[in-house]
Amino acid sequence: MTGKGFDLEGIRERLVKRQELIDHYKEQGKNLDKNLEQQLKQELQQEHQGVLLLEAQKEKDDRQEIVKLRSELEQQQQDLLKIKQLNYQRMAVKMAPPMTVLRNAILAFVVGGLICVIGQVMFALFQQGGLVEKEASTATSATLVFFGALFTGLGLYDELGKFAGAGSIIPITGFANSMVAPALEFKREGFVYGVGARLFTIAGPVITYGTVVSIFIGLIYYFTK
Amino acid sequence: MVLKKLGKQTLQFNSMPSIKSWASVVGPMEGQGPLAEYFDVIWDNTLGSEKTWEKAEQKLMQYSMELALEKAALLPTDLDFYLAGDLLNQIITANFTAGSLGIPFFGLFGACSTLAEGLALAGILIDGGYAAKVGVSASSHHDTAERQFRFPTEFGVQRPMTAQWTVTGCGSFVVENKSNGFKITQATIGKVVDMGTMNANDMGTAMAPAAFDTIQTHLQDTGRKIDDYDLIITGDLGLLGNNILKELLKKQGMDTGNVSDCGILIYSPEQDTHSGGSGCGCSAVVLAGYLLEQMRKGLYKRIFLVGTGALLSPTSTFQGNSIPCIAHGVVLEYS
Amino acid sequence: MEDLIKAFLVGGALCLIGQLLMDLTPFNITPGHILVGYVTGGAILSALGLYQPLVEWGGAGATVPLSGFGHSLAQGAIESVKSKGLLGALGGGLEATSVGIAAAVVFGLVVATFFNPKG
Repeated sequence: MTGKGFDLEGIRERLVKRQELIDHYKEQGKNLDKNLEQQLKQELQQEHQGVLLLEAQKEKDDRQEIVKLRSELEQQQQDLLKIKQLNYQRMAVKMAPPMTVLRNAILAFVVGGLICVIGQVMFALFQQGGLVEKEASTATSATLVFFGALFTGLGLYDELGKFAGAGSIIPITGFANSMVAPALEFKREGFVYGVGARLFTIAGPVITYGTVVSIFIGLIYYFTK
Repeated sequence: MVLKKLGKQTLQFNSMPSIKSWASVVGPMEGQGPLAEYFDVIWDNTLGSEKTWEKAEQKLMQYSMELALEKAALLPTDLDFYLAGDLLNQIITANFTAGSLGIPFFGLFGACSTLAEGLALAGILIDGGYAAKVGVSASSHHDTAERQFRFPTEFGVQRPMTAQWTVTGCGSFVVENKSNGFKITQATIGKVVDMGTMNANDMGTAMAPAAFDTIQTHLQDTGRKIDDYDLIITGDLGLLGNNILKELLKKQGMDTGNVSDCGILIYSPEQDTHSGGSGCGCSAVVLAGYLLEQMRKGLYKRIFLVGTGALLSPTSTFQGNSIPCIAHGVVLEYS
Repeated sequence: MEDLIKAFLVGGALCLIGQLLMDLTPFNITPGHILVGYVTGGAILSALGLYQPLVEWGGAGATVPLSGFGHSLAQGAIESVKSKGLLGALGGGLEATSVGIAAAVVFGLVVATFFNPKG
């Protein structure tokens, strides 16, 4: 402790006592009295500084015990802060504007469904045009990707996304949007680090994890068939 | 030497540094808002005549500072210091503007508290006798900020109801050491307050406790009451943050009839910004355009401007850390 | 016509689930998480044989959402293992989805080249 010499046993004792106090307030969900909180904070700060200095003076091999004590002190500082934080968050949540869950859900359902209907129409047209089922499905995906990209470029897809939410994110048009939007935005950083790299900001993880999972599936199938 | 300080955190400017002139340049969205008539220049698009939004923001800052200088019949060389900041990484807007104006420069980062921080520091420089004239600017730009802190603008995501809309605009001020009417009499320097919130789309909840802390400390330090002010205006808590702040003040038995917020004033509800405006530029253009004009008209004699900054970094939020917040207050008086 | 209604219902339901995941879970789920989750989730369901019935019933309603992309990846890998053995596990998924990915890259690049962001 500052200017008072070190008394590790004393620090440990106070640590335990303080923890009891903190746990008590935590359970009650009450804030500490301002003066008490200030006093605890000050105490912790003093002890932390003292322990830090002691740690600096010790040889490397003798530090273990003191490092443990230091991290316990740091944990307690966090615990003390947490009481106030949690109480505040509990109060703030009550003030938050109501989420428009129902409206969002309906819009997501309708818009997502409609995009799939458009896909179904395309699919039927491609089949009529002579493509077999798989080809028609691929052609549908590619066409939807094209329109997703185009509407992003025209600045319309984000307007749709604003109210459709997941309804315009989850269809493959949303995948196209997730590629084009960052690429467009960072175009001014050039075609390599701007457009080229940013195309894969969100598509990158999608393709990465999709590929990895498909490989696992292939392997599992190979060894279990 | 006697400290010119009240209590723990409040500075008293005895020589009454004063705001000599000001100017604001804003984007189209702000130009459609209720304060449109108070802005000096309204751009009809967010790029101006530049190729990138970042350059556009730099021009916003430079033009507003030059306009403020011109109104005071000054040139950049007449300023002793320039205090400026913005939201972008390494405060590039302020750096380039200071470079092109060629004034000795302090770069500030305080997120939305930048303007209040700048005015407080200008007060310190002048009251300390280190400067006769100081320029202060704070800018933000919706499109540069969104992609840095959240998502690319063309990305089809929903903005939650708690989200605020970053203001495109810059307000600049010339502060001088002659008492002229718009006096900066006190400043309360805030502490970082972190209530552990992590939602980058809800700054109001994160910042309200910081504003509360600064207001409470200020009243303690000065021995004033909340109704000694004609207006206590935060910049910018938005609707939700404003409600929370009022709730916190009421719990202390204070009357909150004169508590308002720049983020609420700048847009009308029809503009669908959800919780209101935000960004360094918000309080700067509201003060430069609207508030000072209202003071001149005699509507307000003494206001307390509390700049509230969410010191958010995309890196730290991605790593799951909370949002540290700060609020600085300056007392402006007109006579 | 019946196909269209089925596509609407299945596609809508898949999107609805995603929306509820974003709105009602305490975690901060971004569109990126949703897309990755749907692709991997779709692939796993497909491997378990649960996605194919959905495709047969809902048509584009099941193939257009990104879980359908996961389905193609998984089926591609399985088919490829059948015909090529172990090596097929590596390439099969990407082979089956190569047209879609190539289309996304090309269209993405073209659009990003010719358009500018509106803000």
